[in-house]
Order: sequence, then structure tokens, then C-alpha cells
Amino acid sequence: MTQTIREVVVAQDQGRPEVLLSVRGLDVRFGGRRDVHAVRGLDLDISAGQCVAIVGESGSGKSVTARTLVGLAGPGAVVSAKRFQIGDVDARRLSERAWRKIRGRSIGLVLQDAQNSLDPLRPVRREVGEVLIRHQLVPRRQLARTVDQALSDVGFPDPQVRGGQYPHQLSGGLRQRALIAAALAGGPKLIVADEPTTALDVTIQAQILELLRSKCEAGTALLLISHDLAVVSSIADRVLVMKDGVVVESGTTTQVLEDPQHDYTTRLLRAIPSASTRGHRLSADAAPEAEATPVARDHGLPVARDRGSVVLCAQAVHKSFELPGHRRLVAVDGVSVSVKAGQKLGVVGESGSGKSTLARILLGLQAPDTGAVQVLGTDWGTAGREHRHEIRRAVQFVSQDPLGSFDPRYTVEEVISEPLRSVSSAQLRAERVREVLALTRLSPDLLAALPRKLSGGQRQRVSIARALALRPSVLICDEPVSALDVSIQAQILDLLDDLNHRTGTSLVFISHDLSVVHHLVDDVVVMEAGRVVESGPVTQVFADPQHAYTRRLIAAAPKPAHDLRAA
Amino acid sequence: MTAVSIPSGGLFAAHLPRWIRGIRPTLVLSLLVLAVAASAAIAPGLWTHTDPLHADPLAARQPPSLAHLAGTDIQGRDVLTRIVYGARFSLLIGLGATLVALGLGAILGIVAGVGPRWADQLVTRLVDVVAAFPEVLLALLMIALSGRGAINLALALGVAGLPKYARTIRATVQQTRCAGYVEQATTFGASRWQRLVRHVLPNALGPLPVMVTIGFGGAIISSSGLSFLGLGPQPPAAEWGLMLAESRNYLRQTWWTGVFPGVALTAVVMAATVLGRHLQERYERRLP
Repeated sequence: MTQTIREVVVAQDQGRPEVLLSVRGLDVRFGGRRDVHAVRGLDLDISAGQCVAIVGESGSGKSVTARTLVGLAGPGAVVSAKRFQIGDVDARRLSERAWRKIRGRSIGLVLQDAQNSLDPLRPVRREVGEVLIRHQLVPRRQLARTVDQALSDVGFPDPQVRGGQYPHQLSGGLRQRALIAAALAGGPKLIVADEPTTALDVTIQAQILELLRSKCEAGTALLLISHDLAVVSSIADRVLVMKDGVVVESGTTTQVLEDPQHDYTTRLLRAIPSASTRGHRLSADAAPEAEATPVARDHGLPVARDRGSVVLCAQAVHKSFELPGHRRLVAVDGVSVSVKAGQKLGVVGESGSGKSTLARILLGLQAPDTGAVQVLGTDWGTAGREHRHEIRRAVQFVSQDPLGSFDPRYTVEEVISEPLRSVSSAQLRAERVREVLALTRLSPDLLAALPRKLSGGQRQRVSIARALALRPSVLICDEPVSALDVSIQAQILDLLDDLNHRTGTSLVFISHDLSVVHHLVDDVVVMEAGRVVESGPVTQVFADPQHAYTRRLIAAAPKPAHDLRAA
Repeated sequence: MTAVSIPSGGLFAAHLPRWIRGIRPTLVLSLLVLAVAASAAIAPGLWTHTDPLHADPLAARQPPSLAHLAGTDIQGRDVLTRIVYGARFSLLIGLGATLVALGLGAILGIVAGVGPRWADQLVTRLVDVVAAFPEVLLALLMIALSGRGAINLALALGVAGLPKYARTIRATVQQTRCAGYVEQATTFGASRWQRLVRHVLPNALGPLPVMVTIGFGGAIISSSGLSFLGLGPQPPAAEWGLMLAESRNYLRQTWWTGVFPGVALTAVVMAATVLGRHLQERYERRLP
């Protein structure tokens, strides 16, 4: 409370022009069977030209806050506030009709998922024009020109032509630009952006953030909702940290990031992986005791190899797919990688760079057009049936979407023991299941549960436990943490690192997130458009990138809070 | 995102336990109707002691009374007794037709779903040809070729009804085949066959009970329709469609000979549909 008073004083001292949004004691409840108190006593002020960010993990109430502020809390929501002022309108008693006058005109809303937020059956320029028509802001004759202007304002190339395209014909970055153009078209003084860059590649993310920043500098106020402290630190003036519906900390961005007062903020900051966290643990989980290597009972499963020998390698692998209209998409173009026992190899690149296709080829799920992949010295292509079966178990897979990789009818126990069908004795099977549970720090109580009842972090642990069941030599992880909250991500990264140390299992870690890769892996391969443009030890590649694309990627990555703190 | 409170649609007051409040009257009624119909089909003696074929010319055309709850028909046979005995025909033909459609449809759908491309093409075209004819017309054609009777009727309706099963199963099989967990099973070394039996089929065939229940109602309607046209069981057998056909000339004088079989037919079909929709709702809610 004291802080808010100080804030107001400061704002007056600087003679800030105009407070666009002022909220005191905002409460949002959802009734129904389970009474959920989503937001409790939130205070917020935004004035023109200011960027305020709300940061929190899933379930913290940040999105509910954003939606409530534009009058979209939804049916069943009970909203109350001591003060809720949009400009000079008291928004507490607004009817739906009145809200419609405000949305688009006074407040613009940018949602996370441009794919779902744009109407797939309308060209984007109609989407952008709609707000102008609704609020009758321009005469019909000038509509086209105004829309073109709105699109080119957000850096949408060639609006006359490309504005006539449908959302599915545009890239993710352009879709997001169109969405922002639609939010800005009515000339609102305040934009509420809910995770506006989350689904985007780093270079596109950097462009969108730059765009939002320039709007801010031009006097628009911005309320940014994000789970990503790095994104927030690069753009916001003030930060509110939310947890379980409560703002646990608020202050200027530098205050909060450099000198966090609340435990939760500290934990969040510490959980962010980056170059400077290499070799440190990210989560509050204690490191496993050294002795913990379980008694290696022989289950008829292979045992880890000596460190240093090559366990998995691909030589000059090519793969292309046929597209409609006799075009071909070259997904992987002459890629060679090799993974040594115990090595952690990172594969980074933006979407469409061929990372996932490479993973499928390494896993033997897809045959390359040319080139060869060898697992433990055996070639996928030439191996006989028996041999293929043997080497299948040496390479296991952890996917981004664990739930989708579990048979929906299976319990956790059935999921984990599925790969062990070849182990004849039920007792040995059960023992192995207990071993991997211990390795992944899952409670045996969960065995009878259905995976869809578990949390995101637990699901990913189950998926890792299952992949470990066969004692693979290599674990291929395709974006294993990109769907997780920072603190859960930290636990999973720590877990993968522990497993690598304890079992000597090599990791192939595929990710678009440079800081995660920098934190975890030994060596890195940078892919662009199906080719490896650069490879080497991760510290070297990131400290002194040789290829222009690598440099672009690194420059685009938002500065992590740690570096900001260190500076 | 937003939690919307959904009224549970229950019959009972809020202070009762949840499982009682959750009971839906329409569902209970439907189960009751189906149970009565099934018991009549299995053991008609439970419901009546008269012979459905016993004609008593002296008691012909009697309106509903205590002696004959649903009256008697033109030949003096008890209408209620005939309805009870007719349940066996209607239910068996409906069930038979549904099972034939399901069995053939499942085989074709699975072959198309997992087989090589040419098999898929072949099956899909074949099913398209069958689907190109209106169901009843196709059944009529087959009965014309193979002769009348209850068994031929069930077979004909089954073949005519197979496209919807074949298409649905083909689609779910193909969809499931590409699911993450099927691919993941490959990495454990599961063979094609193992993946099919362990993962693809159990998950792809999940919606079948729902389809069967809903299809059952439709099959009863079609079979009664064809019986009405004289293509099913032959007189003097007691069958609902046949009874409707026999009564249609006397509806002005003896309305009860037509209305009561019609009510029985409608009740069973509605009950099957309500149950099917309920199962469907539950099935869909179960999906993540």
C-alpha cells in the first residue's frame, strides 16, 4: 500500500500527463462448484507512454486480470473493485453495450495466439477495418487507405497486396503484426497484450517487442502480460509479479529484477536459465546424493557405454517432402552430427529449420532420402529386423507434448512399463519402474493415476521416466520444456542434467530457446533452413558466433534478467 | 479460462446428495422403456398369457377395456399381446441390422485405415457406391433379390447401413495412427501389429458403443418401415410394422390397432436415441 502512495506522488512530481487506467482492490471470483478466487486485491496504474508488465506462472491470475480490464472476464465471473477507472469512465458499472464502445477505441487487446484470434475466413485487412467500421471512426471511402496505413504502421509489408491475404497464408510474425494493427487501428491510448510473443521465434519476437516499444515511446500505454521475465525486462517500466491471484511484488523493472524483495520473485529469477547459470542448479530441488546410482540389476537391458565413444551419428543426411504443386520442401539438407556417450548436444534453430525432422531421422522414425544414421555402430537403413529392434531401445524420445505421447487409456504405471514388455519377469519390470521413478523423483503414489490428472511438470517427468526405462544410450528431447512454466522448466532442466551425470545417458536437446541451450548443453549445432550453419562447444559458439545467422539469433534473444542484474 | 457454472439439469432438490441430484429423468425413463422392451423380447410370457395368434371372432374390434388393455383387432386378436410378442422381431431385426452394419463397417474401416493406399482407395470407393443409394432403397433391392423374411431384412439393412460405420472407423483409425503415443511405441520397438492391437484399435473404436446405440434406433425404424411394406416377417406374425400395415385400413373404426403399436415403436426408438446421446456426451466429456 505504501508503495502505491509513493508511486502516485512520484507520478505527480514528474507531472505525468494522464493516468489512463487506475485500479484499486480488484477482485475476480469464479463461482460454480469450486469457488475460485482468481484475482485478489490488485492495484494498478498506467499512464500514457508507460509500459507495465504483469508477470506470473500459469494459474497466477494474470490473464484473468487482463481480460477483466477489458470487460471480458466471462460469464460466471464476479468482479469487484474499490476503483476501476478507464480514463474518466468508472468501469465498475459498465454494461456490455458500454464496454463495446470502450474496447477497440479506448483499449486495444492483443491476444497470444494470432492463429486462433484472427478469423480464418476473412482477409486480415477486413479484420483490421472492422474496428474502424464498428466505431465509425472513418468514412467508408477512406477505409481502405486508413487500413493500409494501420498495417504499414506495424511494419506489415506491402499492405495493399498482402493485407488481402488470409491468416493461414501469413507467417506467425505477420499474423501477430496484423493482430496488433487491429488492436491499434481504433487509436486506443492503452493496449493490453496477453503473451503477445510467446508463440514466436526469437527474431520475430524481437521485432514485435521493438514494435510495441516504439508504440510506447509514441505515447501509447501498454499493459504486457507475460510469463517470461526476460521479455519483460527488455521493455517494461514497471513490473507486477503475481502468484495465486495476489500481487506479491511490484516496482520499477530494475528494482524488481535487481533487488527482489519477495521469495517468489527471487525463485523465479533464479530459475531462469542463461549463460551465467551453467553448471548451477536452477530449481530449489536438492542435488541427488552421490551414492544414488541404483544397484545395476541385470534386467536383460543394455548398460551404459564408456564415455567418449560415438553412440549416435548422422552423416550427410538429406530429407525433403513433396508439397502440392510439384514443389519440394527440403527439410534437412546434408546434416552431419555425432553424439558421444555422456555428451549433451544442443540443436537450436527457429521453426522450420528442420530440427524436428532431424530428430525423427535420428530416432529411425523416418528414413532419410540420402545419407546414413548409425546407432552404436549399426546403420538404421541396413540393419535387419532383429538388429533394428535392438538399436531402437538405444535411442529414446521425450516430446514437447507428453500427454499426447501417452495412450489416453493408460495409467502412469502402464505408461512407464510399456517399453518393458520385452522384460519377461513381472517382478523385474516392477523393479525397473521403481528405479526410473526414483531417478525422475516421482512419487510411487502416482502410479495408479491417469496422466491427464497430473501437472505439466509431473507429466514431463513421467515421459522422461518412460524414456529411461529401457536404459537408452541417447535421449532425444524435442523442446521438452517449452510448454512449461519457468520454475517447472528449471526442475526438468536440473533433472535432465542429473540424469546425464548419473546414468551417462547422452542428451540431444532440441530447442528454440538459446538461453536454455546455453545453460544445459556441452556442444551445440545451429540449424537454419535444414542446414547446420555452425557447431562447436556451446560457450565458444555463443561467445564468438562465426555465422551471421547465429549472430542474429543471439542478438534477438531477450536479455536475461541475470545479465541485467550483473550489469 | 472462464469457469462457467453449468446447471446439472437434475430432477431433485439441492439438499440431496449429488448422485441423486445428477439423475436425469429422461435417461431413467429411457432405460426403463428399453428394459421393458428387452424383457418382452426375451420372455413375452412375463407380460401376457394370451397367444398372439389366437383369433376370437366374437371379440373382434373391441376398444381398450380391462379384458383387453389395448383392445382387439379385426380378427379378434389381443393387440397388447401382439405388441409384446412383436418386440422380439423389432428388437432382433434392429439389433441384427446394427451388428451386421457395424461388423462389416469395422472390417472395411480398419482395412482402409491401416492398409496400403490402394486398399484405402478401393474400400473408400466401394463404400461410396453403397452410400450412393438411399438406405431403404438399397435394402429393398436386396430383399427383392434374396426374398422376404426377418433374416434377409436384417442383412439387407445391415449392408445398407454400413457406410457410416466404415467411414467413421476409417477416420478415427487414421487419426489415431498418427497420434504421438503410437509413434512413441515405435521407439520402444513395438511392431506394426503390436501398435495396431495395443494402441490404434482400442482408441479408435472408442466411439463405437455410442454409434451403435444411436444406430439401433434408426435400424428399428427402417426395419418397421420395410415390414410395413410387407418385406419383413409375413402375416400372421406379430410385428410392429406389420401391425401398422394391417391396421391402416381400419384406423377410423379401430384406432387402437394402429396407435398402440405406433406408440411402442416410437417409445423404443426415442429411448435408444436418448441413451445414445447420453453415452455420446459422457464419451466426449471423457476426452482431454
